[in-house]
Amino acid sequence: MQNNIAVKLQDITKTFGKQVVANKDVTLDIRKGEILSLLGENGSGKTTLMNMLAGIYFPDSGHIFMDTDGEGLKEVSICSPKDAYALGIGMIHQHFKLVDVFTATENVALGLDKSIAFNKKQIAQDIKAICDKYGFKVEADKKVYNMSVSEKQTLEIVKALYRGANILILDEPTAVLTPQETDMLFDVMRNMKADGKSIIIITHKLNEVLEISDRVSILRKGEYVGTVDTADATVSSLTEMMVGQKVTLEIDRKEPKDIKERLVVKNLTCVNKYGVKALDNVSFTAYGGEILGIAGISGSGQKELLEAIAGLQDTVENSSIEYIAPEANTPSQLIGKTALQIKNMGVALSFVPEDRLGMGLVGTMGMSDNMMLRSYRKGFIFTERKGPKSLAQKVKDDLEVVTPSITTPVRKLSGGNVQKVLVGREIAAEPTVLMTAYAVRGLDVNTSYTIYGLLNEQKEKGVAVIYVGEDLDVLLALSDRIMVLCDGKLNGIVDARTTTKEEIGLLMTHLREEENDNG
Amino acid sequence: MANVAVHKREPLVRIAKRDSMPLWQSILIRVLSIVLALVVCGVIIYMLIKVNPLEVYKSMVEGAFGAFKEDYKFFNRRTWITIRDTMMLLCIAVGLAPAFKMRFWNIGAEGQILVGGIATAACMIYLKNLPPVLLFICMIGASLLAGALWSLLPAIFKAKWNTNETLFTLMMNYVAIQLTSFFVALWENPFGSNTVGIINPTGKEGWFPPVFGLDYLMNVIVVMTITVGMFIYLKYSKQGYEISVVGDSENTARYAGINVKKVIIRTMLISGAICGLSGFVAVSGASHTISVNTAGGKGFTAIIVAWLAKFNTFTMILISLLLVFLDKGAIEIASKYDLNDYVASMITGIILFFILGSEFFVNYRMIFRSKEKEVQ
Repeated sequence: MQNNIAVKLQDITKTFGKQVVANKDVTLDIRKGEILSLLGENGSGKTTLMNMLAGIYFPDSGHIFMDTDGEGLKEVSICSPKDAYALGIGMIHQHFKLVDVFTATENVALGLDKSIAFNKKQIAQDIKAICDKYGFKVEADKKVYNMSVSEKQTLEIVKALYRGANILILDEPTAVLTPQETDMLFDVMRNMKADGKSIIIITHKLNEVLEISDRVSILRKGEYVGTVDTADATVSSLTEMMVGQKVTLEIDRKEPKDIKERLVVKNLTCVNKYGVKALDNVSFTAYGGEILGIAGISGSGQKELLEAIAGLQDTVENSSIEYIAPEANTPSQLIGKTALQIKNMGVALSFVPEDRLGMGLVGTMGMSDNMMLRSYRKGFIFTERKGPKSLAQKVKDDLEVVTPSITTPVRKLSGGNVQKVLVGREIAAEPTVLMTAYAVRGLDVNTSYTIYGLLNEQKEKGVAVIYVGEDLDVLLALSDRIMVLCDGKLNGIVDARTTTKEEIGLLMTHLREEENDNG
Repeated sequence: MANVAVHKREPLVRIAKRDSMPLWQSILIRVLSIVLALVVCGVIIYMLIKVNPLEVYKSMVEGAFGAFKEDYKFFNRRTWITIRDTMMLLCIAVGLAPAFKMRFWNIGAEGQILVGGIATAACMIYLKNLPPVLLFICMIGASLLAGALWSLLPAIFKAKWNTNETLFTLMMNYVAIQLTSFFVALWENPFGSNTVGIINPTGKEGWFPPVFGLDYLMNVIVVMTITVGMFIYLKYSKQGYEISVVGDSENTARYAGINVKKVIIRTMLISGAICGLSGFVAVSGASHTISVNTAGGKGFTAIIVAWLAKFNTFTMILISLLLVFLDKGAIEIASKYDLNDYVASMITGIILFFILGSEFFVNYRMIFRSKEKEVQ
């Protein structure tokens, strides 16, 4: 049993400052040739724990043992990523660490010891050998900025393997992949496992955990809860361990009733700064009282679509976005108006952008000041602060935002809490149109379902909800209709109650023939 | 994996970010850093000139606040000069505050001070027959306008084409210096001296009037009004809120419906105008003349003040005072102990180094390898 273990973490504790305990006395075994899922809610310390294996952080206390030579466990000390590589540990971070202007080969060569002469050909050959062995597809001379997200991720894995990694850590690898790409990744992971490598995958997605891993270790609030064999686990048993109590994982989707035309989009076309059409002739209607899901590989025009509606994106001639207020019958044109003009027209548009701190919130300000962002124009010369303050308190209480105080800068909060602040503010504005981009990205199960609940509540109030999402299971369960974007074009609108994941996956990746368009 | 680098020990020192620190503790660290700086300076001074460092520090204080004689009064001429220069530095730093808060790096305060000074001097020379109140309104208006205009160009370029404001404002300084040379030549007095000389030495038209018989109290009143006003503007006004949002993220500002270009231009105009006004304070309230040295690097020193104060205009008062004190004190010891100016700069440099270094200890803490663990 003992020599079956590749890495042993013992009593690892890591704190940030005095208050934040990221990991507390975590003890964990990683076996040779297994896929271990590390599961936990936001802020449960999964990434921190793995960063200590990868040499990014150093534990405050505790021990790491490794079997480096097949002769049993020895204590090691990992002070830097370089040490980690020397011990055969490679981590693929959520945000890729690649140089955009370099080719695949150059990126792999980067950071190698100087003693190894830079022999591109040799490295390219080695990369090819690794690819053939495990079933990767990497074009050695392709520049990183030309690569898709999936290609970049593959390159990161190859880079780690090239450096001799025997233990691979993947931090939420599937968050940015399409279902097809995820399947490809899982195939490769199984090949690596068959070769005797240990793989640790950090993820939120329970169905993936069940599909790929051999064992699941669960962390809750920085503490180790337990490890179960995947064969014995179910979605609900894992959730219970993660959250610490039973939660209902059901999205209560009501039939939409008395839906009304709210936004009529016609021939919407946007050109990005490189002169490429980011959105190409998109036409659809969003109704009050329904949730319109938008699916697509990231970068298919979702961002431009929402920003065009919000008045933040220049559009090409002939584009038309008409807004029909709940009580009025006359549509008003939104194209050519700035965000402020749209607001002044009385259009109650709420928008949860993808980039929370870069667009939706001011990171250096507290919750209270962030609540004013959309309403600070009230009052004469000086800002009115009482309203925002009580709103901040209300959002904090209603959505259970974890923050030391409503004046703590929001960039110090965890991702889930930041998102709650943003969603809370946008819903509090009592919108008639609510647009959300990746509203639950990076959020744990519990918070995600809170947000789904809020969106459904808005729908029942007659709000036109537009939900841009990446998790197809959720899109299928939450939306009434799903609109699929592919390469900036509208590739079909399907009924969420009757369609399948496969159909949407296909629509996301393969542009249909022109004649079948406008489905 | 034969050549595995297995480290047996944890690193000797690790650095971790602090989440927060009680106010008294952070003040203590900063005070300690100054004390430490003085000790280091003392050692160096002793090594160089074999003088008791305490004596040296005493002369520094005397340099800034007057010699300690029997009939010592705190508000003597030297103290007032120190206050005057502090106010000047403070005024510029307050001018930089809105631009810096917006992350618009206005390095062009020097130029804005000079053009503000030129405008003031022009009013003093050509409009000296106006009634004093009117003359002052003209001087204030002209210096504000001149400073604002000087910052308008970089602001427009930044807003429209996103040019680099650092280089742009910096280069505007050199234009302003040349412009000043031109006006010095134009207003040369007496002829051939290559200086403007004291303007209106007899009638003192356009000079700051003494308040309660004190020459420089007017400077204090003017600058403190601006300081308080700027604090309120940045913290409580809608425009101040817009500046903070634009400074944090332009995308967020656009999302909130803020006209980013308008805010950039408006804020930069305010920043330039107040720097121009410090030119007015310098000419009308202090030197009563104009030369290429009127700004004298204060536009750059003010950048340090603004940063050290983290753009809080009230903290700027303390930092300005500290820097002016160091400057005066250093000049005094340089002359008293027959050293050259470099020693003065050196001491100022050492002290600033320690103050800046203290920020590291306020934000981070060092964790040393603990002994008990090795015993385990």
